Amino acid sequence: MEFLGLYHYWVFVVLLMIGFYAVVAKLNLIKKLIGLSIFQSAVFLLYITMSKVSGGTAPIFSEQVSGVLYSNPLPQVLILTAIVVGISTTALGLGIVVRIKEEYGSIEEHEIQEIDRQ
Amino acid sequence: MTVVLGVLLLTLLVITAIAIVRTKNLFVAVMLLGIFSLLIAANFFILDAADVALTEAAVGAGISTVLFLGALALTSEFERAPTPHRWLSLAVVTGATLVVLYATFDKPAFGDPGAPVHQHVAPWYLQKTPEFVGIPNVVTAVLGSFRGYDTLGEVFVVFTAGIGVRFLLSGRRRPTGGRAYDPTQKTSIGLRSHVIPLVVSRLLTPFILLFGLYVQFHGEYGPGGGFQAGALIAAAFILYALIEGEERCLEVLPQSALNALMVGGALLYGGVGVMGILLGADVLDYSMLAADPVSGQQLGIILIEAGVGMTVTGVLLSIFHAFAARDPT
Repeated sequence: MEFLGLYHYWVFVVLLMIGFYAVVAKLNLIKKLIGLSIFQSAVFLLYITMSKVSGGTAPIFSEQVSGVLYSNPLPQVLILTAIVVGISTTALGLGIVVRIKEEYGSIEEHEIQEIDRQ
Repeated sequence: MTVVLGVLLLTLLVITAIAIVRTKNLFVAVMLLGIFSLLIAANFFILDAADVALTEAAVGAGISTVLFLGALALTSEFERAPTPHRWLSLAVVTGATLVVLYATFDKPAFGDPGAPVHQHVAPWYLQKTPEFVGIPNVVTAVLGSFRGYDTLGEVFVVFTAGIGVRFLLSGRRRPTGGRAYDPTQKTSIGLRSHVIPLVVSRLLTPFILLFGLYVQFHGEYGPGGGFQAGALIAAAFILYALIEGEERCLEVLPQSALNALMVGGALLYGGVGVMGILLGADVLDYSMLAADPVSGQQLGIILIEAGVGMTVTGVLLSIFHAFAARDPT
């Protein structure tokens, strides 16, 4: 159990940094947004990992069973809404990328900067 | 068993993420991102977050993939430039990774019931939900009632993003202009000429819609609610649009109806909040909506969940249509 816990946190860190690498190192704007999505998913994973209680179950009551341990509902609520907000903001980002492509004819960062300098 | 499955899923997540970043083909990257979402949804499910898993599966694996593909169709499918300063970036990222990894050793043990996150308001929510709200799903109770303000804010963020995409992408329309569906037209729009996708989607679409409505109205008793239902219903319409053509989908649910859904949902949520004041309670306090405070809470949650579902459906479909109606340059 100890190892699984640390493994969850490590996967969170690794995913976070893979997303971060895509955002800082890649020049393609869509690739950057994909990286941002991975980064975001890593944060979701951290929250949901923290909501877990060992031996617990999903926080939905049932009349048949009593004395059950429930996982923490609060991080789940935050992440549930964050996922939908995340897709909306990603869509907004994609909209901006499409407009950039139409104005500059490119979605590669260095080419856009080149055009801007002229 | 769960431990083995958990480790396997997490490892697959990392492998998928690395593949996404490494590939130069953006189409492949988007498809892998869909798999990534599905894997992380399975992970959420193992971690007892059924509501979150449902949302991630519907939004991440379904709608997000379609939106990225729509953007790819309007831009380009390949990443052209090689990555500059690759080793510098890798060094910075590795350094940051090591620092955060070091911090994980100070985190409370995984699943520890004594961790600080489980001490604050969460036990109170779990204890008081049957008494105050009287519904089995605590996640829905917290989302709709205890933290209704947060959710109201999120709904308006979604609404604003929808408006923003429409604003960015509605300038230049298709030059042909005629967006009305013409049944005599022989050229195939969508995938109508492909028999297998056509048959499968025609069989599936009604059931996806039905499942969306079930998730909407059963959200108080099981995993579900407005956010998930909105994403599922939007996914059903997007599937219809992909197969039958966007024009036909707009005939079934025109843009004016989507606008009404977007605005109506946000207004319904806000209106229920204001009703609280008018009836002599606080904003978003539903106790006064019915004779008995518990039924009032339940009525309030049903109404605001309906508002959330309407706004999410309207916004996601509007965004999809905004991308689909754009002419590739």
